[in-house]
Amino acid sequence: MGVGEIARGVRWYVRGVMGEDAYEKYLAHVESEHGGGDGGAAAAPPVMTEREFWRDRTDRQDANPSGRCC
Amino acid sequence: MPHTSASAREKNLPPVAVDPAVLAAEDRRWPPLKIALWVAIALLGGFSWVMLAVIRGETVNAIWFVFAAVCTYFIGYRFYSKYIEKHLVKPDDSRATPAEYKADGKDFAATDRRVLYGHHFAAIAGAGPLVGPVLAAQMGYLPGTIWIIVGVVLAGAVQDYLVMFFSMRRGGRSLGQMARDELGRVGGTAAIIATLTIMVIIVAILALVVVNALAESPWGVFSVAMTIPIALFMGCYLRFFRPGKVTEVSIIGFVLLLAAIVGGGAVAETDWGVALFTIEKVPLAIGIIVYGFIAAILPVWLLLAPRDYLSTFMKIGTIAMLAVAIIIVRPEIFAPAVSEFATTGTGPVVSGTLFPFLFVTIACGALSGFHALIASGTTPKLVEKERQTRFIGYGGMLMESFVAIMALVAALSIDRGIYFAMNASAAATGGTIEGAVAFVNGLGLSGVNLTPEMLQQTANDVGEESIVSRTGGAPTLAVGLAHIMQQLIGGSGMMAFWYHFAIMFEALFILTAVDAGTRVARFMLQDSIGNFIPKFKNTSWRIGAWIATAIMVAAWGAILVMGVTDPLGGINTLFPLFGIANQLLAAIALAVCMAIIAKRGYFRFLWIVALPLGFAAVVTISASFLKIFSPVPAIGYFAQNAAFRQALADGETSFGTAPTVEAMEAVVRNTMVQGVLSILFVTLAIIVIVTAIMATIRAARRGSSESSEDAAVPSKVFAPASLIASPAEKEIQKQWDALPARPKRGGH
Repeated sequence: MGVGEIARGVRWYVRGVMGEDAYEKYLAHVESEHGGGDGGAAAAPPVMTEREFWRDRTDRQDANPSGRCC
Repeated sequence: MPHTSASAREKNLPPVAVDPAVLAAEDRRWPPLKIALWVAIALLGGFSWVMLAVIRGETVNAIWFVFAAVCTYFIGYRFYSKYIEKHLVKPDDSRATPAEYKADGKDFAATDRRVLYGHHFAAIAGAGPLVGPVLAAQMGYLPGTIWIIVGVVLAGAVQDYLVMFFSMRRGGRSLGQMARDELGRVGGTAAIIATLTIMVIIVAILALVVVNALAESPWGVFSVAMTIPIALFMGCYLRFFRPGKVTEVSIIGFVLLLAAIVGGGAVAETDWGVALFTIEKVPLAIGIIVYGFIAAILPVWLLLAPRDYLSTFMKIGTIAMLAVAIIIVRPEIFAPAVSEFATTGTGPVVSGTLFPFLFVTIACGALSGFHALIASGTTPKLVEKERQTRFIGYGGMLMESFVAIMALVAALSIDRGIYFAMNASAAATGGTIEGAVAFVNGLGLSGVNLTPEMLQQTANDVGEESIVSRTGGAPTLAVGLAHIMQQLIGGSGMMAFWYHFAIMFEALFILTAVDAGTRVARFMLQDSIGNFIPKFKNTSWRIGAWIATAIMVAAWGAILVMGVTDPLGGINTLFPLFGIANQLLAAIALAVCMAIIAKRGYFRFLWIVALPLGFAAVVTISASFLKIFSPVPAIGYFAQNAAFRQALADGETSFGTAPTVEAMEAVVRNTMVQGVLSILFVTLAIIVIVTAIMATIRAARRGSSESSEDAAVPSKVFAPASLIASPAEKEIQKQWDALPARPKRGGH
């Protein structure tokens, strides 16, 4: 395992734990759900831009708080 | 909405789960190398336990705590959690998890197990495992160590694992909803009221820990206060400037945080800094109450979300750093294995004998009911495969237990005299160096000879005016951490930095927990009020939100002020309530699990959950009864109440540690409130446990038929179950990786 690979692994892990990859996961989800060209695209909700996505994310936290542990 | 375009390609997909027969064969296969490894782990663990429990020389090295803990965790994880998985949980990887069948790319999103482990750990670990073990250190090192390690394997991790799995099978339902489903209206309602009141008491006592750590400390107040503008800046940065650049903004925030700690040292040396930031306990408590209200009504993006990023970053970083430091520095521990306070119950830090009070003083780290709120709800919506819940739920809790062990080691590594001077209440020490020295030396502890110079020197080292009666655990842990870290980095010149780093680190979690806890409690309250005044159900109705927030803040604020002004010391009277509340929540969670297991029909293995449930019930109910009925004033709230009322009736103007009539009246008030809260908690818990036992018996009579699980949906993805993939899993993974045009998962 080279240095570059380790660095990529660390970056992937840190981004994952911090939740930074959320938008990529969202895009991947939208793509797999509606991007298959199987006719579902017409009914699909518009894909959020990155800025909209992060706003939506904190807005949803506003409406749906989750506790932190003691 | 499961995706139904079953194309030909999907029909030819590789397996989504390891064949159960292959899995069983893998488990039964014991090649010599594997046997040797587990024998080595068992021997090292056993040897470490012998070093801790039997040899007990003059001193004991911290490394034995680490080995005893880690080896026991490995054995618990490999053997006991697998046993539970096999007989009780019975996960099925051919079933889709909510993250798959409810996938929305937002709340329900399959997350790599290793990432989710970090995520879940960051969500469950807070200030609790750092504080409880510090306070319990007065009973010696052995009782706390045994409880933290054995407790987590048999109780805490079992609870987290079961709650997570059952919630996952129910689409990520919350503990409160599961209680209603399984226990019926009475039990469910009692569980929800208990959760709400427990939330209030936990927020109040966490806030009390922060107040105690920051009072009269200009350095601490400055640096912790700076976290607010830093978080606001980070929030705006993410909102308007670089959305989604979470790691980047966290690194910026972390650097600013370090600057605030260093800057705090400089500010605390100026006259204006001392004048501005030296704040007494009461105004500080009011400040936190006001902060709590404002923080809870501000939008999440502005304060809570950036604080969360910062505290995740700090949490994982600092805990990893402390683990490395303890392993490299290997501090010697001078405390006795079991101190006299374990049996006499007269310890100055927390009153009461080992049973039951050790088990409520250390809640988080061994068994924490609060985790049931995290393990239901958030994490189950992110789990990729059913079998991963063992690694994330059981394994995640083991890591928290390890944090508690490190906190215990850090607290034990400081001089015992200093430990007691810091943790005895101001009522006992008078808050002065002379008073503390006289009090601690008067305890008659062998090997303890405290001098005024030692206290002054330590205070100077950590950059504080005084360290006498800094109760609440956080300052003691900070001294311990500073003591260990300075041996690794920076020497004694860096002690003040490390001390304030630790204070900041704890304050950061606690303030986040206060904010988030108030929000959750406000939603629960609005939901309850909404049954009578429907308008309150609408949580986006501003005025309703503000009223509900104000009620919740007033509730914990009142308990906070009560603790801060308590003539008896605050932490030593209130902390048992915190532990009892947390363990009662655990009993509630375990009771719900027991009912579910009974309905699944696994009676032969019901003991796996009945054991921790029985223990938590006995501990908390007997602790509550002692707090309610004990005739000893230091232990029983009502006995204390009666003693002070009698003194007032006799016309006395000072009594015990209360120097004035007002103080005596305050004790009468406080003990009444604490006593009533104890009665409330224990009553609610008994209702929940009884309804759970009734549900269990009903299920036994009727046989297993009903289930509140979501319908099974076949899975279409594969992922390994534990940290390291097994050979069979690697084989399947290879087939999946060979598929063309599949979105690649991260990692290797």
